[in-house]
Amino acid sequence: MSAAAWFIRRLIHAAGLLLAVLVLNFVLIHLAPGDPAVVIAGEMGGASTEVMAKIRAEYGLDQPLVMQLLAYLGRVLTGDLGFSFYFNRPVTALVAERMGPTALLVASAIVLALVLGTWLGILAARRPRGLAAQLVSVFSVAGFAAPVFWTGMMLLLLFASTLPIFPVSGMADVGRPKLGFAYALDVLHHLVLPAMTLAMVYMAQYSRQSRAGMLAALAADYIRTARAKGLGELRVVYRHALRNALIPVITIAGLQFGQVLAGAVLVETVYSWPGLGRLAYESILRRDSPTLLGILLGSALMVILANLLTDAAYRLADPRMRGT
Amino acid sequence: MNPRSPTARAARAFLRNPAAMVGLVVLALMVLASAAGPGLYGVDATDIVGAPMSPPDGEAWLGTDYLGRDILAAILLGGRATMLVGLTAALISVSIGTTIGALSGYCEGAVDAALMRITEFFQVLPALLFAMVVVMLFRPSLITVALSIGVVSWTGTARLVRAEFLRLKRLEFIEAARAEGATHARIIFRVILPNGMAPLIVSATLAVGAAMLFEGGLSFLGLGDPNVISWGLMIGQNRSYLLDAWWTVTFPGLALFVTVMSVALIGDGINDALDPRSAG
Repeated sequence: MSAAAWFIRRLIHAAGLLLAVLVLNFVLIHLAPGDPAVVIAGEMGGASTEVMAKIRAEYGLDQPLVMQLLAYLGRVLTGDLGFSFYFNRPVTALVAERMGPTALLVASAIVLALVLGTWLGILAARRPRGLAAQLVSVFSVAGFAAPVFWTGMMLLLLFASTLPIFPVSGMADVGRPKLGFAYALDVLHHLVLPAMTLAMVYMAQYSRQSRAGMLAALAADYIRTARAKGLGELRVVYRHALRNALIPVITIAGLQFGQVLAGAVLVETVYSWPGLGRLAYESILRRDSPTLLGILLGSALMVILANLLTDAAYRLADPRMRGT
Repeated sequence: MNPRSPTARAARAFLRNPAAMVGLVVLALMVLASAAGPGLYGVDATDIVGAPMSPPDGEAWLGTDYLGRDILAAILLGGRATMLVGLTAALISVSIGTTIGALSGYCEGAVDAALMRITEFFQVLPALLFAMVVVMLFRPSLITVALSIGVVSWTGTARLVRAEFLRLKRLEFIEAARAEGATHARIIFRVILPNGMAPLIVSATLAVGAAMLFEGGLSFLGLGDPNVISWGLMIGQNRSYLLDAWWTVTFPGLALFVTVMSVALIGDGINDALDPRSAG
C-alpha cells in the first residue's frame, strides 16, 4: 500500500473514533438523571432561568433525539463545546489553552520513562543476577502498586519541603516575564517532580518489557554473528540488540498514551500543574459538566493524534510494518 | 485432589514462592484489620478526639487529621470501601472482558471486527477521565464508582481472552466436542474457557489491585461516595495540609500501597506457578 493511501485510511479511522467519542458524550448527557439542560449549563454555574430557556431552545431539547444529536455534532464540528458558567468562558478556549501544559507533562514523562526504563532493562538483561536485575523486579511490582497521587505527595514532601530543591506547585514562578531562556529553565525546574512522578509508573513496566525483549534479542543468531565479527560489546548491545528489543516497548508506550494522560489528571492535581487534569479537578469541584465533557473530548483527541503518530513512526522505523 | 494434577503442582509452586507468601500474609492481615480493626481499636472514625493535626503519639497512634479525627481509626474503617469497591469493580471488569473476548475469539468474522472496534474505542478513551464524567453525571456512590471502574477497564481482559480463544479453538478436543453435538454455549463456557483459565486468573488478580488504585484516585479527586470513608478520600481531604501534617496523607497512602502491592505479589506468584517458563 502506498504511504498516502495508508495515511488516508488511518485518518478516516481516527475520524471514526472521534465521532464515537462525540456520540458517547451526547448519550451520557441524556442518560444522566435529571434535566439535560442542567447538565449542559453545569450545576453550580449560576445559570439563570432565561439562560436555561435559551439552552433548551438552542439545543432543541424539545426536538427528537436524532435531531438533537445532529445539532450537537454540528455544534462541536464548528468548534463550539458549550459555555462554562463557572469560568465564564467558552469551553473550547478553556480546553485549548490547557492542552499545551498537559502535552508537555505527558511527553516528558513518557520520554523519561522510556529512556530510564529501557536503560534499567538493559542493565538487568546483561547481568541477570546483578543489582539492576534485583532493582527491576522490585521496581516493577512497586511501580504498579504505588498510587500515583500519593507518590507525588511523598516526593513533594521529600524534595520540595524537607530538602527544598524543587518548587511546590505551579508551572512557573509568578510575576516573571513569560519568555526567553530564563522562563524555559523555570518551567523545567517546575516540571521535574511532576514528570518524575508520572514517569515512575511506566518506568517500571518498560524496564520489565525491555528486559524481556533484550534477553530474547541477546540470544538471537544475529547477535552471535555480530560478536563473531568482533564488534565491541557496547556496540552489539546498543546498536544491534536494542533496536529489536525496543519494538514491544514502543508498542506498549503507544497503546498506553491514554492511561498516561489519565495519570496526568492526578499528578496535575497534586502539583497544581495548569493543564487539563487540573482543570478537570476544578470542574468537578464546581459540578461544571460542560467543561468536564469538553476535557474528555480534548483528551480523546490527543490520544487519537498520538496513536496516529506512533503508527507513522513505526512504519518509518520498521520496514516489516509497511506491508500492513 | 490428585497430588500429581497440574493444579496441585501449581499450588505447591505457589506455596514455595516466598514473595507470593509475603503477599498472601500481608493481604490477609489487611483484610482482617479492616474487618475486625474498627471494633478492636474502639475509636469512632468520625469523632473528634483531639486537636486538629496533632502528630502521632500515645493518644492517637497515627495522629489526627485536619479536623482532629483519629487517622488510624479512619484507615481501619476506610479499607472496607476500598477493598469492596476494588473487588466488585474487578468482577464487573473481568465479566465484561471475558464475555466480549470469548464472543470475539469464538465467532471471528464480522462479530469479532465489531467487538474489537468497541474494544479499541474504550482503549482510546482515557479511562480515569471517562469514569470521572460518569460518576459526576450519575452522582457518586459506591455502586456508581464500582460500575464506572468496571465499565472502563475491561479491554485488557477482552484482548487476552480473545487470544486464548483463537489459540484453543483450533485444537482437536474442540472439534471432538463439536462432533459430539455440543452447543456453542457449552463449547464456550465448559470446554474452551476452563482451558484458558490460567492467564485469566492472573489478569483478574491484577485487576483487583488496579481497581483499588482506581477507586483511590476517584475518591482522592472527590468523586467517591462522600458519605463513606476510604483511603483515597482521606488523602484528598488532607492534601492541603500535607506540608504541615505529613502523617495525615502518608499513612492512608501507605495502607493502599501495601494492600495493592500484596495483591500484585500474589498475582505474580500465581503467574509463575501456572507458567513456570515465565518465572524469574
